Amino acid sequence: MGTNRLIFPAAGFAAAMGLTAGLALAATPADQQKRFENEARAEGSGFGGFSAQRGEALFKATHGGEWSCASCHTANPVVPGKHAKTGKPIAPLAPAANAERFTDAATVDKWFRRNCNDVLGRACNAQEKGDVLQYLMSLK
Amino acid sequence: MDTKRRWTLDIAAWVIGLLASMVLIAHEAMASGRLATPPNAQWKTECGSCHIAYPPRLLPAQAWHRMMSQLDKHFGTDASLDPAAAAEIGAYLERYAGSSRRAQPAAGGLRITETAWFIHEHGEIPPATWKHAAVRSAANCAACHTAAEQGDFRKRNLRIPK
Repeated sequence: MGTNRLIFPAAGFAAAMGLTAGLALAATPADQQKRFENEARAEGSGFGGFSAQRGEALFKATHGGEWSCASCHTANPVVPGKHAKTGKPIAPLAPAANAERFTDAATVDKWFRRNCNDVLGRACNAQEKGDVLQYLMSLK
Repeated sequence: MDTKRRWTLDIAAWVIGLLASMVLIAHEAMASGRLATPPNAQWKTECGSCHIAYPPRLLPAQAWHRMMSQLDKHFGTDASLDPAAAAEIGAYLERYAGSSRRAQPAAGGLRITETAWFIHEHGEIPPATWKHAAVRSAANCAACHTAAEQGDFRKRNLRIPK
């Protein structure tokens, strides 16, 4: 009885931690893609699907600036990249090579916001984000 | 009465467990070197995504405050955060910020490498070392301070690439 008093809170804590970790990883790249599709439809002008080809072109272009997405993530995003400025290693971006990618909506939104601003000098729209994700999901 | 006592014991068990783990975690970080601070997961993750999470003591509170207010223009890149994360990290940085005047970057800048102590501490490093392929930037602490990620900048862990 006395031992239970200590074991129950500990077990409860462990269960809560496990549940939190499980929830954080619940989303999949396909979930993000669905989200971008809904946003693209809401943005109007007739959604006609996502294109891996368009996504690849966007990913590899410098858009008149200094960097492309590939500057840090490499032109073959199944391999590790390197931050163009600091040199810090970056884990592979393609979901096939890194199961953690595109599993958390807040993280996905944070990096699209930052990186589109750095590479294109503006926010990306849902069509563009979906195209890039389509490209990344097509890589094996 | 008995139920009430049991509740008290349960809560006590929780509190003691939590405190013990906090002390353990803090002790581990503090023991590793002079610049380590009690860990903050948000700071470590967010500030450590593109470079090492620079120890709060390397800049004064007012410099951290200014840096956190312009994260969308962070040394040429957009490092913006959601307001909740920015508030937590800002408070952490300011709480453990450096207090020495020598931690103040020259001319109101925000670069750690422009503080008096950094320049003094690195005065003997030849120009060739800074240009070494494994170093490239003075902001790349971990190139020589092999335990920088852990907040440990002691000489015993210093390995200058040849």
